[in-house]
Parts: sequence; structure tokens; C-alpha cells
Amino acid sequence: MSLTRVFDVAGSALSAESVRLNTVSSNLANAQTVSSTSAGAYRAREPVFASILANQSGGGDSVGVRVLGVVESSAVPTMEYRPDHPLADENGNVFLSNVNVMEQLADLISASRSYQTNVEVMSTSKQLLLRTLELGNR
Amino acid sequence: MTISIDSAMGIHAKALALRARRAELLASNLANADTPGFKAKDMDFRTVLQQHQDMEVRLTTTHPGHAASSTSSGSLQADVLYRIPNQPSMDGNSVDPHLEKAAFAENAVRYQTSLMLLDRKIRGLMTALRGE
Repeated sequence: MSLTRVFDVAGSALSAESVRLNTVSSNLANAQTVSSTSAGAYRAREPVFASILANQSGGGDSVGVRVLGVVESSAVPTMEYRPDHPLADENGNVFLSNVNVMEQLADLISASRSYQTNVEVMSTSKQLLLRTLELGNR
Repeated sequence: MTISIDSAMGIHAKALALRARRAELLASNLANADTPGFKAKDMDFRTVLQQHQDMEVRLTTTHPGHAASSTSSGSLQADVLYRIPNQPSMDGNSVDPHLEKAAFAENAVRYQTSLMLLDRKIRGLMTALRGE
């Protein structure tokens, strides 16, 4: 029955999108963190999505999603001159995280929309399956 | 008069199975809306249903030397086509979520239509059986 595989597909997408929501919230939470070294500064994390091929998952036409891994952004952390900061280095500089808040917010909207879409797909398929079960039952 | 359940159900049983398959394809497209390099897929419903019907009438092979008719050996996998994107995207993804959502909703309604017609057929048969 193909409709039951829709649950696997939409479920995989929900889990992938929730990883994305998780990384966005970590990035936003750490947007203001500072460090005394450039290497120690927080770097924005981003999940990489890849599709699970049908022959891999063992089901006809369905193509699910999985998170290949989480990569750190390679953008250079901004240096700020704050000699009074307890974490400042010998030159009086601190290193801010390289999180771009605007980018993260846009990502947040995109991820939550995709999540909603997949929830809709799941509930529609559930309705269809339940109606099919009632076939000729009245 | 003999009634074959298969022919009594008509085209709707096949249409229902195909609609379920199309739902699976469209759900995959929506799930992969954010996957880089993913190409959206869909099927041409009319053609696929036509092929399904053509499969009904096929030659029986009674000897190993007989060649199989082309329609009977046609794999269903080949009927899945790639969608031509309206707007190309940087990451190679060709899913247009709005288009896919509309197609999914349309497919769901048509599935329910087939389901309803099938239900009516069954009810008609039941009435005939009961003779009330």
C-alpha cells in the first residue's frame, strides 16, 4: 500500500526539519557569545540534507530525507575592541560568533513552513487511509 | 448472468491504486523541498492509467519461444517523469512547494472521488445481493 509509505517519507522530512530548527535555535542562542580567541568563537551550524533513494529504503517511488551531517560556517568571526571585557585578549579584542541573525531568521521561517507542509501531508494521508478502511462498511 | 467482482469494480480500483502511488511521489517531492540537487518527479496520470488498462488485454504465452507482448512487460517505474521547473534554483533543487502542494491536494480530492464511486458500486452490489 503506497499511502502508508507517505508516513515514512513525511516522517523523515519532519525529523530532518526538526534538526534544522534545532541548529537555528542553537545559532540564535549563541549569536551574542564572545570568545578570547578566533578559533574559540562560536560558528553557525547548518545541517546538510540528502535524499534517501528508493532502493535504499526498499519502497517503490518514495524518496525520504536524511541529515548527512552538520557543518560549521566558515565565515570569519568578527573581532571587536573591548578592553574592559573579562574575556578580552592581550590587545583588548574579543571575538564574536559568526552567526548572521537575519539569515537564521529566514532559515527558521523556511524550516517551520516545510515542517507544517509535511504535517499537512501526513494528516491528509491519514484521512485518506481511514476513509479507505471504511470502504463498503456502511 | 455472471458478475465478475473485478469488472464490477471497473476502473476505479486501478485509479485508486495509482492515486495512492501519485500521493507517494508528491509527498516525496514535498519532503525533499529543501534537499540540494533533488529533482521533482510526477506521473502523467492519463497515460499511466491507459497503460494499466492496456495490460488487461495481453497475449498469453503458451510456449517458451513465444515473445511477450510489449505492454505486459512494461515496468511502472519508467512512467515516472521529472518535472520541468518554472524557476531554476542555485542548489539544483527543482521542487516548487506551491505547485506540489496544489497537486497533492488535487490528488487527495480525486482519490476520495474514486473511493466514493467504488463505495457506491459496492453498495449497489450489496443491494442486489440482499434483494431488498
